[in-house]
Amino acid sequence: MANADCIIIQGSNMAECHPVGFQWVTEAKARGARVIHVDPRFTRTSAIADTHVPIRAGTDVVLLGALINHVLSNELYFHDYVVAYTNAATLVSDNFRDTEDLDGVFSGFDPETGTYDPSSWSYAERAAPPGPSPRAGGPAGEAVSGDGEIEGAGGDEQGSARRARAGGQEHGAAGPSLEHANVVRDESLQHPRSVFQILKRHYARYTPEMVRDVCGIPVEQFHEVARALTENSGRERTTCFAYALGWTQHSLGAQFIRTAAILQLLMGNMGRPGGGIMALRGHASIQGSTDIPTLFNILPGYLPMPIVGEHDTWQDYLDHISSPLQKGFWTEAPSYTASLLKAWWGEAATADNNFCYDYLPRLTGAHGTYQTVLAMLDDEVEGYFVLGQNPAVGSAHGSMQRKAMTHLKWLVVRDFQLIESATFWKDSPEIATGELRTEDIDTEVFFFPAANHVEKAGTFTQTQRMLQWRHQAVRPPNDAQSELDFFYDLGVRIRQRLAGSTDERDRPLLDLTWDYPTDEHGEVDGAAVLKEINGYHLTGEHAGELLDSFSQMRPDGSTSGGCWIYTGVFAGGVNRSANRVPGADQDEVAHEWGWAWPLNRRILYNRASADPEGRPWSERKAYVWWDEETRRWTGKDIPDFPIDRDPSFRPDPDVGGPAAIAGDDPFIMQADGKGWLFAPKGMVDGPLPTHYEAQESPVANPLYTQQSNPSRLVYPRKDNLWSPSGDEPGADVYPYVFTTYRLTEHHTAGGMSRWLPYLSELQPEMFCEVSPELAAERGLTNGDWATIISARSAIEARVLVTERMQPLTIQGHTVHQIGLPYHWGVGADAVVEGDGANDLLGIVLDPNVQIQESKVGSCDIQPGRRPRGEALLRLVADYQSRSGTTSETGNARLTEGDR
Amino acid sequence: MAAKDSTFLGWPVLRQLATGDFLGRGAAATSRRTREQQPRTVTADRVVQSVCPYCAVGCGQKVFVSDEKVVQIEGDQDSPISRGRLCPKGAASEQLVNSPTRQTHVLYRAPGATEFTRMDRDEALDMVADRFVESRARTWQDHDEHGRPLRRTMGIASLGGATLDNEENYLIKKLFTAAGAIQIENQARI
Repeated sequence: MANADCIIIQGSNMAECHPVGFQWVTEAKARGARVIHVDPRFTRTSAIADTHVPIRAGTDVVLLGALINHVLSNELYFHDYVVAYTNAATLVSDNFRDTEDLDGVFSGFDPETGTYDPSSWSYAERAAPPGPSPRAGGPAGEAVSGDGEIEGAGGDEQGSARRARAGGQEHGAAGPSLEHANVVRDESLQHPRSVFQILKRHYARYTPEMVRDVCGIPVEQFHEVARALTENSGRERTTCFAYALGWTQHSLGAQFIRTAAILQLLMGNMGRPGGGIMALRGHASIQGSTDIPTLFNILPGYLPMPIVGEHDTWQDYLDHISSPLQKGFWTEAPSYTASLLKAWWGEAATADNNFCYDYLPRLTGAHGTYQTVLAMLDDEVEGYFVLGQNPAVGSAHGSMQRKAMTHLKWLVVRDFQLIESATFWKDSPEIATGELRTEDIDTEVFFFPAANHVEKAGTFTQTQRMLQWRHQAVRPPNDAQSELDFFYDLGVRIRQRLAGSTDERDRPLLDLTWDYPTDEHGEVDGAAVLKEINGYHLTGEHAGELLDSFSQMRPDGSTSGGCWIYTGVFAGGVNRSANRVPGADQDEVAHEWGWAWPLNRRILYNRASADPEGRPWSERKAYVWWDEETRRWTGKDIPDFPIDRDPSFRPDPDVGGPAAIAGDDPFIMQADGKGWLFAPKGMVDGPLPTHYEAQESPVANPLYTQQSNPSRLVYPRKDNLWSPSGDEPGADVYPYVFTTYRLTEHHTAGGMSRWLPYLSELQPEMFCEVSPELAAERGLTNGDWATIISARSAIEARVLVTERMQPLTIQGHTVHQIGLPYHWGVGADAVVEGDGANDLLGIVLDPNVQIQESKVGSCDIQPGRRPRGEALLRLVADYQSRSGTTSETGNARLTEGDR
Repeated sequence: MAAKDSTFLGWPVLRQLATGDFLGRGAAATSRRTREQQPRTVTADRVVQSVCPYCAVGCGQKVFVSDEKVVQIEGDQDSPISRGRLCPKGAASEQLVNSPTRQTHVLYRAPGATEFTRMDRDEALDMVADRFVESRARTWQDHDEHGRPLRRTMGIASLGGATLDNEENYLIKKLFTAAGAIQIENQARI
């Protein structure tokens, strides 16, 4: 980021939530970069920025879409980059219909299931009449990938088909497979079915005036942002975007990020120094826990979890991940998968039994954390482990979270302190309202004290994919232990209980490789686990040696490796995550500090930092380039490209895999080697981002009859009601928009901050931020209490009247937004407690990633504290009744109207 | 410096001249007690390189240990990511280790009970292992209605991992997957 000429921070308050990382923004600014902050609130990030752009929460696609329209209409995009490195020139099937044609839905929508059949979005094929691609099972060479569609009970109570999709993450790190890379291109970009022309038409109505009317951003300010972006992109200059949960926590969050990706590809800012899109993640190893996933839908290294009906056999599974005729490194997935299964089932995994593929359990739908909570309420879940997370406070719809846990037979909480998720049975808000009674809760609760980050050795993966080894400083006190020791021990005990079992279902546990070296205190050696993750040669002259690269993995069982993208962290037998050459002793790329996947490459797709001939786009932005003399790629970073692939190389069109990567295909994980402006597969809610209003919104969608994302996942229930939106009667009962956020001094649900005296003293109390205008409208006084009421719950907070909140004018009406930090929770044990903002939220999910919409909702605000006891329930019920909301409200997939 | 105090060299006026503190508002005016104080970081037995456990920036930390106790945690100047800086949370992380309310014993709450009671860790682990095996058996799904294999339990779920190590996430995913438990989630979904 320090190398950027312009930084646009949108959907993130980086200065307060990632303060130390923000030094690189200030450093860029000191070097002359423009900094723009787009956010509903004026924050410390805005204070440092050159420009703060206030925006109505949830309307980012309109602003970014208008920037796309602006650069296309005025020919301000980076032409040479776009033609060579993106799919702009690729032709799309003539069956494709845009949201502009169908008033807010794309072709292929099934209103019954709320899902799309994406076949009409596919690329037109060469040497065949354009049309939807054939869907064949059959032999490997003909295989067609799946599309993320999975069938079964996803907790969706509406509709008979009961289908849910787990979405894009199933496709792995870099998008879904294509049958082949045999596409039709028109490099003049003029063909009406070229991606470029489709894009142009799709965003034609996203104008500065539309931005003004939807986002509340003045036209002059839009042009200021557009100028900053376009003047700071191109051969000589690069612009960087940074986002965080402000983009992810929406019912179309993944599409927010896609819009930025399209813009950055058009401006030629991907794969280059000072460019890219920086995802600012909020937990020390949230990247690591996605790479090595404690997530339902993937296996380590973004391999999909098998889905019943789609991956019933080993061959089905491999065919799904990639076709041998597509380009890039996903064609090697059989090697990655076989190596993973060898790491898990060792000697038991053989080529004859498909490496124990059938030991893997199967998915039948989306089994995300919210679906699981709904299943708890239906008494389908008996036992629950909560590990360093606090769902009673940190997850959407706090009341539902807490009530769900009372349906468990047993609960294990592992943490440092008695967080609210460990004590809800005696001190939750529902005990106070009388909805729950401690004596009636039959859940057994086990609290295990956890070791902290200095009491165990291991790696975190930070937000730029870098693994950093932590050394153990001291031993954990008393009964405290690491998850490594706890789960190793639990596994040993479970296996003891099943020893001698002849039941087939127990074979996966009994055959599991579960033998890790321990030290004199009985603590498991984390380095041994990291070595297993890295992988080994199992046969041949190097048998027993650690792998240096995932390119050494083989599909025949001769290698192991628990997460292929991490292979190389132990290259040469050395723990590279422990590399600690001081930054002052290295160049700015700092390869000798930690280790980043893949293969210590610091900027992904960095071949795009050079032009198609392999020369840097400019001296100023030189990063990786082709050296004619040595006939190799070289530069400041490790090239993210086949090292000796000549820029002029063109593959035989019938070849697939890494050999099919042309010398000018920088996006080596994409099935066609290009950056995708248009996504023919992979996004379940559309190939292009389109503006929809949030589930709860004060305005009707001005772009389409369709109000909200038709594919969003809704859960119509009496305990999950929504405010009416737009012009619907009753919308004025919850007239204001609220948005939730974090503070510098606290950490998510507070488990690691509200028990610390220093931090609790710095931020002692729950508060709400309101504008002076809203304070006047509702009679709110700075420092006094206010009650905030949504269609789910009501909470109280101290009032902070501040000009940081600015009323917006949307289509001639004033829209007030209220800011709510979400760190506090009700309980008896923390240093500071308070009402939880997440109690106000309902459950509606993005269909690609199953993340809840928590950045925007509707509410009312009134002066004074909230009622106590049962009176609180009556207040919430009174509002519901006045608004006329029912379990139908807000849950129609298609908006009725003249379509 | 302390030795000088007992001689005329320790006289305030001379100290003012010697240190260049002509106005007598700086080093010359410090008390002997202040001068003799040493930072905990100087007396530490060892300094261990670590990484901040809060957000995902990955700031370097130096952990100072005396008598097998963590006495201070500071930013690591060597880190090219953080260059020695920590935010309020990272700077407070010594309290994460030494918090007076930190729980270091296993607690158990029986069905219907109004309070936790302390339990032996070994016993608690055995009870969890028993329940795991029983719930798994009770909620096992071998096949779906079309006879296709499922090989799983929907009766055991887990939430958490974003605050844990890669190696820990690996063992959790490996064990639960082998056991057929698929509802394994973490903060990345929130």
